Amino acid sequence: MRYEAPDSLEGAVALLAGARGDARVLAGGTDLLVQMRADILEPELIVDIKRIPETRTVTEERGGWRIGAAVTGAELTEHPRLKQVWPGVIEAANLIGSTQVQGRATMGGNLCNGSPAADSVPALVAAGALASLVGPRGRRDLPVEDVMLGPRRLALEKGEIVASFLLPPRPPRSSDAYLRFIPRTEMDIAVVGAGVSLTVDGAGIVTAARVALGAVAPRVLLVPEAARAIVGSRLDAEAQRRLEAAARAACQPIDDKRGTTEFRIQVAGVLARRAALIALDRARSN
Amino acid sequence: MAKHHMEATVNGDPVEFLCETEETLLDVLRDTLHLTGSKEGCASGDCGACSVLLDGRLVCSCLVLGCEVGGRSIETIEGMAKGESLHPLQEQFLKSAALQCGICTPGVLVASKALLERSPNPTETEVRYWLAGNLCRCTGYDKIVSAVMDAAAVMRKG
Amino acid sequence: MAETNGQTNGTHYVGTRTIRPDGVDKVTGRARFGADYNLPGQLFGRVLRSPHPHARILSIDTSRAEALPGVKAVVTRADFADQPSEFIPAGEMMMNYKDVVRNVMAREKALYEGHAVAAVAATSVAIARKALRLIEVNYEVLPHVIDVVEAMRPDAPLLHDDLFTAGVEPKPDKPSNIAKRLEIKVGDVEAGFKKADVIVEREFKTAPVHQGYIEPHAALASVSEDGSVELWTTTQGHFIVRAHCARLCGLDMGKIRVTATEIGGGFGGKTVVYLEPVAIMLSKKAKRPVKMVMSREEVFKASGPTSGATVRVKMGATRDGKFTAGFAELKYQAGAFQGSPVQPGAMCAYAPYDIENVHVIGYDVVSNRPKVAAYRAPGAPISEFAVESVVDEIAKKLGIDPVQLRMMNAAREGTKAAYGPKFGPIGLEETLNSIKKSEHWNTPLRKWQGRGVASGFWFNIGGETTVSLTLNEDGTVSLMAGTPDIGGLRAALASVAADELGVPVEKVRPIIGDTGSLGFNFLTGGSRSAFSGSMAIVEAAKQIKTELIARACKLWEAKPEQVEWKDGAVRPLGALAEKVKPMTVADFAKISGKLGGPIGGVGRINAQGAGPSFGTHLVDLEVDPETGRTTILRYTVAQDAGRALHPAYVEGQFQGGAVQGIGWALNEEYIYGEDGRLQNAGFLDYRMPVASDVPRIDTVLVEVPNPRHPYGVRGVGETPIVPPLAAIANAMENATGIRFTELPMSPPKVLKALQERGLNTRD
Repeated sequence: MRYEAPDSLEGAVALLAGARGDARVLAGGTDLLVQMRADILEPELIVDIKRIPETRTVTEERGGWRIGAAVTGAELTEHPRLKQVWPGVIEAANLIGSTQVQGRATMGGNLCNGSPAADSVPALVAAGALASLVGPRGRRDLPVEDVMLGPRRLALEKGEIVASFLLPPRPPRSSDAYLRFIPRTEMDIAVVGAGVSLTVDGAGIVTAARVALGAVAPRVLLVPEAARAIVGSRLDAEAQRRLEAAARAACQPIDDKRGTTEFRIQVAGVLARRAALIALDRARSN
Repeated sequence: MAKHHMEATVNGDPVEFLCETEETLLDVLRDTLHLTGSKEGCASGDCGACSVLLDGRLVCSCLVLGCEVGGRSIETIEGMAKGESLHPLQEQFLKSAALQCGICTPGVLVASKALLERSPNPTETEVRYWLAGNLCRCTGYDKIVSAVMDAAAVMRKG
Repeated sequence: MAETNGQTNGTHYVGTRTIRPDGVDKVTGRARFGADYNLPGQLFGRVLRSPHPHARILSIDTSRAEALPGVKAVVTRADFADQPSEFIPAGEMMMNYKDVVRNVMAREKALYEGHAVAAVAATSVAIARKALRLIEVNYEVLPHVIDVVEAMRPDAPLLHDDLFTAGVEPKPDKPSNIAKRLEIKVGDVEAGFKKADVIVEREFKTAPVHQGYIEPHAALASVSEDGSVELWTTTQGHFIVRAHCARLCGLDMGKIRVTATEIGGGFGGKTVVYLEPVAIMLSKKAKRPVKMVMSREEVFKASGPTSGATVRVKMGATRDGKFTAGFAELKYQAGAFQGSPVQPGAMCAYAPYDIENVHVIGYDVVSNRPKVAAYRAPGAPISEFAVESVVDEIAKKLGIDPVQLRMMNAAREGTKAAYGPKFGPIGLEETLNSIKKSEHWNTPLRKWQGRGVASGFWFNIGGETTVSLTLNEDGTVSLMAGTPDIGGLRAALASVAADELGVPVEKVRPIIGDTGSLGFNFLTGGSRSAFSGSMAIVEAAKQIKTELIARACKLWEAKPEQVEWKDGAVRPLGALAEKVKPMTVADFAKISGKLGGPIGGVGRINAQGAGPSFGTHLVDLEVDPETGRTTILRYTVAQDAGRALHPAYVEGQFQGGAVQGIGWALNEEYIYGEDGRLQNAGFLDYRMPVASDVPRIDTVLVEVPNPRHPYGVRGVGETPIVPPLAAIANAMENATGIRFTELPMSPPKVLKALQERGLNTRD
């Protein structure tokens, strides 16, 4: 098994594109190492991207934020400003695993592991984030919701990596929130995840919204009907009911050891509503 | 494939070792450097018994490859006491009977040290959530939490 | 002759919170657990395990594995002699060597996914793992059965064609998965039900749960050319390991020296052998030491969880709250080989109560799962979960406070338990009173919050114990015990030895001796190690004191009536006191050679008189009606310890057992697929409580001394896991109005029940 740690995106892309056997990107390692130990993966080449500057930096860009794909959850929490602008994205990244896991886990890895239950992805999707991909044919940006096609299936071509995420500029009175359901208080994989990002006007009416659900379909879902259910409203009881119904209608969950189909559908609506209310509360004070 | 030749710092001392690509930092600590204080409970990052500080950051050493730590500084349980003086957390764990079988104790101590370095006056809730990645099956966590709170108070005094 | 009694006049250390003598090593990482031992030149062993839950093993071809460079030995069933059927006690359960040898290494069949089929020893773990893939096993896959009720059906896939149900008349001629039927009968339950004004009948279901120790099984074996074996293993009973290995490997016990390493949790699950005989046989073949450590997945798949069960309970009571009849039918699943804890489960079910008419039927049933091992009060949490839930329902139906109802029927001194003996002094009522008086009991609750109470019982055992006390020349005391220390035992024993001999506790150094250094010790289990160990220390100390008195008499030319042992010294009495000064243990130690030689004592006992420990738990919880998630808000444990040798470690037992019970009640379970394979063989999806899942566990230490122990000690380790299951189910009923009878009460189950009743909204 080879291990390489290039210090440039071109270097990483060349290694991955040229690999003959199974080649894997190593960021935080919190999924890769577990899968290697469980004999699910036996890569011939591991490409550590943490020496590449773009993957490890957080910078303001055109009013928004560019976040390196290999910035850890712990580093994101410690960033002085991100939490105020994107509390939902930050809290989502910090729900992954334990304090120890957050010390290593990254949003790039969380997305590219290809699990529909990934915690940071619904928040990124709700935020309208773009994933900046770099590959043999150059750079392209994809909405995060288009990166994951299904469990362990990504829209990446051979040799392409996620270098960074771009969060858009924030209008005033905007905020976001992420909630997940787990049976314990920590440590579990999300049984349901809901990310909501919204903007309100001076009168308290929701003028824009994005709602994303995790762990209720083969991929993280952007649910436009759920957003439409609350835009133009004050998120009153009736709007909340519409939101719940729209969220539930979008679910196509599975029955597995973490939750039943009925349970996931039911709770998806509850969490979408609760996340929207938290986002609303945060937005009003922004 | 030839092994990787790595140089790093462990508990303040320079170390040199060889490792295969797939060997984790935990494997290296225990089997190559003979520092068996960090324990393997699951090898999947779910129990925290292998907790170490990597450049001051609390991590599971079973989730770090040996070949990733070149030039880095690692702190393990073996480095927590200074000479003959135990760290206040170690003292308090003994006083408060915050361990029974002791297998989770090294990981819990390292994690608690990382918490108090960042947050010298944590609430009980903060302590519990910070330590959620350290499984203990013997104590029910009660005496662990009170020991961390009491050690924090001792450390704040002086 | 001056009498030496079992207690010094006033204890100094017993009952106080000393620093445990093995503590510094544990907080510095110096203490060595099973996987921390290494020998030069050692090989690494790994086990090949069946991927099928039920299959005949037609052939095993290890030739390609043996040919792999770096592989030094391979073992299969061919390397273990078959064992005739013989039942032996193992902890609080019984096992049969015929089954043990088959569990250690499959013979005719693989009986569960994860069953050991072969093992290799190689120069690296990587090579060992590669070698496993080169072993070709020819399986004939058979239909499997997992659930206990399914396994009891006459048309269920049969695990053993030589297993005939014991305990039924006439003796069956067809084999069955039902290994045993047992019955406990007192009085006439039918008559008792006729007298009842209220009857409640319920069926309950529990899933298998694992002990969940953080340290996986590990063993290091070194066999020399003359067949002597050195074995280091993480175990609760190294003398038992020696016996099993001697039997399975065909060796004299005297040739096997087993060292118990520090142990990272056991809870009953490390009272049996898994890796040890395999490591020995590999080392024998390879002529090099062999180290074997289980992965976490192997621990879940191939070491024994406790039973899952189906339990039916029917109880009757008069209008004013007197229980008139208690019936229970217990169906416990044993795993691949017989030996579930259905017997102790049956014995404990109604033990907290004085009921004239009791009838309990138990079934021990095999199914294609790992062989169950003991788990803290084996069998009792399940049966008492059912009974304590029904008791709560009766209380509700009668409009009587649940603590009051238990008080009215509580077993007391003199009560004859349904399983036989008459209780001596016991503390059930005291624990109920403590709960009633607690601040916790009187705190108001809000909507969707509920409070539940339940009591529990475990008999505790004594057993064979050997402890040696040796005076060193400088007056320090070496204490060697033979029951592995799983939670603070050395602290308790050091206090007892210090008080017995009147020395400062820092001068007592306790160690756990290996099997070559001490006489037989039964394992650490049954809540016996502090109880028996302290008793044996008293015995050993008695011998020392007798010897010191004799030496004093010789030295002072005195008669026995002129001296006494008191407060840590041999003291001259009367006129003699003007001529000579008292001599302490240290004084004698300095001149031991001059007065006759080394000074020591060995307590060799079969400790009798273990006192049962009763506990009552109180829990507050809150349910989120929209998601079914439960949060434990507050928890109080009141339990009778008899006499707490070290209060902090007794509290630790209360707290640890309670939290294991919380996990069992809310989230822990083995989840099997249709294919008979375990789906959650890791800490991610086998959900044990984490620190943020639980609140403080408040403890009330009740002490009703056990008159049959010199210090009044009762075992405490097991009772704490018995009450939580029902206490939490009862609290759930109070929070939601719904009686949950199936564990775990995980969110999908709770939400479904709430939805069915239209209750799943906050308003």
